[in-house]
Amino acid sequence: MTTRIDTRFEALKKEGRPALVTFLTGGDPDFGTSLAIIKGLPAAGADVIEIGMPFSDPMADGPSIQAAGLRSLANGHTMEKTLSMVKSFREDDNETPIVLMGYYNPIYSYGAEKFLDDAKEAGVDGFIIVDLPAEMDDELCIPSIERGLNFIRLATPTTDEKRLPRVLTNTSGFLYYVSINGITGMAAPEPGGVARSVAHIKASTDIPICVGFGVRSAEQAEAIGRAADGVVVGTALVNAVADSLDDEGLATGSTVSAVTSLVAELAVGVRAAGR
Amino acid sequence: MFGIFGGRFVAETLMPNILELGEAWEKAKKDPEFQKELQDLNTHYTGRPSPLYYAERLSEHLGGAKIYFKRDELNHTGSHKINNCLGQILLARRMGKTRIIAETGAGQHGVASATVAARFGYPCEVYMGAKDVHRQAPNVFRMKLLGAEVHSVTAGAGTLKDAMNEALRDWVTNVEDTYYLIGTAAGPHPYPELVRDFQSVIGNEVREQMMAAEGRLPDMLIAAVGGGSNAIGLFHPFLDDEGIEIVGVEAGGKGLDTEEHCASLTAGRPGVLHGNRTYLLQDDEGQILEGASISAGLDYPGIGPEHSWLKESGRVTYVPIGDVEALDAFQLLCKLEGIIPALEPSHALAEVIKRAPTMAKDQIIVMNLCGRGDKDVFTVGEALGVEM
Repeated sequence: MTTRIDTRFEALKKEGRPALVTFLTGGDPDFGTSLAIIKGLPAAGADVIEIGMPFSDPMADGPSIQAAGLRSLANGHTMEKTLSMVKSFREDDNETPIVLMGYYNPIYSYGAEKFLDDAKEAGVDGFIIVDLPAEMDDELCIPSIERGLNFIRLATPTTDEKRLPRVLTNTSGFLYYVSINGITGMAAPEPGGVARSVAHIKASTDIPICVGFGVRSAEQAEAIGRAADGVVVGTALVNAVADSLDDEGLATGSTVSAVTSLVAELAVGVRAAGR
Repeated sequence: MFGIFGGRFVAETLMPNILELGEAWEKAKKDPEFQKELQDLNTHYTGRPSPLYYAERLSEHLGGAKIYFKRDELNHTGSHKINNCLGQILLARRMGKTRIIAETGAGQHGVASATVAARFGYPCEVYMGAKDVHRQAPNVFRMKLLGAEVHSVTAGAGTLKDAMNEALRDWVTNVEDTYYLIGTAAGPHPYPELVRDFQSVIGNEVREQMMAAEGRLPDMLIAAVGGGSNAIGLFHPFLDDEGIEIVGVEAGGKGLDTEEHCASLTAGRPGVLHGNRTYLLQDDEGQILEGASISAGLDYPGIGPEHSWLKESGRVTYVPIGDVEALDAFQLLCKLEGIIPALEPSHALAEVIKRAPTMAKDQIIVMNLCGRGDKDVFTVGEALGVEM
């Protein structure tokens, strides 16, 4: 079946440009502000929205996204609230794909099957679960596919020839190519190397490939976007939230616009990468 | 997998490395050269076999079962941790890795890692929670003397869980050249299995030594469980001996009705953290709780996955022991047997003190005295209100 993610990438292909995929932690810094940011993303130029499900122990994330998760949890964020954000977003927008990203334990705790049912009902399109590699597909990946939801896999520089087929099996929606070995928010990837890696993976699959980790500016988005079907920006947006907060860590009048204006800049970058 | 427990819940970046480790371990296990080198090191470097000691005065004092201590605190570096570190450093060398990282709670595993890294000429970086750096200062200095770099981790409560997160972040960043020397029988497969196998030298020696001393196997085994490596090392060779009662002792901290304990098996529920599914202390949302214990080595909200399985199968009984009971046991052993135990096995000892008097005089308990208490004297002094 065709999902919102498939439809969006097909449309972008016709348009001849890469997708801007934005990541923000759900509930950061608080529910209302976070929802306002998410609702403002499509108009600012985001093509695919990733919402982070905060976790106390985010082992693949750098300090920025760790801190965002803690801010969100400290303000009482829950899985139910993440799903209700999506539901609220869907009232106005039935086209922009929403991907939930995070770690498995909060989902396992919620109940994997119930989580998938509730997420689907809320209007979620897919999942990126950092600590569920292909070896653990029975946990969430297969049940997602059975419900017509996308399970988006991560490929990394360590995903070699031998491993790539395993990673591509059961991947749908898009493939998230993590451009560096490491945690989120590290140094920017070198576009030439990324282009070679993406071309290499493309030889084995037709699904869109989005590249993330370390992309912060419109220029980088443009450079990476020339080599890929999408560019993922996370830490830079999460930092925009953090930098806009007051001394007590609370949202200010500029929090929403700080994020949407950065997204608008990045959107110019991916559009410039268009053919 | 151990029933539903265990698994490989890690980021894709680490998967090829973990699969490679699994293959290396399968080969090494069957390689007589590897086994011989490990055995030589165990004998001449660590000082194995460690003695099985009949604690005569303690047994008399408690007036019940005969109590034996497996004295892994007499090992080089002062705890059972060296058993695992020697095995893994040989694996790291076989895999061609050039850099060692480790996490540590009490610092015993950090010291053992720094030791084997020095012995084999590898650079070593150890992640340790800031709270543990403070309360286990002597071990921090020992690691530095051995040439290791110690990173103080301030995230979270600054204990073992946070140190492990940071070690995993290092590993995912430096996966090509780095060997992650995990200190307990937890983490993604194959770590729980290989750490258990390296630690099983403890239980295997106990079998032989018990037969030599008493001509029969013991009636009960008792060990402390944090991550659970010393316990699984003692328990595993006896799991099929159905007549032997096996008891694991968790850190009950300030009590299970408070948030300050680390009794993940008694008070937690299954979840996924640090690469494996196991019992975890977590809230209703699946967020991991910090836990707390006077013993840095037990201060971890999870537990090795095999222990989760042994709990559910009913083969092993797990009970909590609080800070105060452990402190009392610590002092009793100092006075009665002239042994200063670490705070971790002091928890096991407190359970021995409860159980031995209820048993017959011809029954036998073996307790794993897995670490010595030099590192803990400041913590104990503070708890007892002594100024040093």
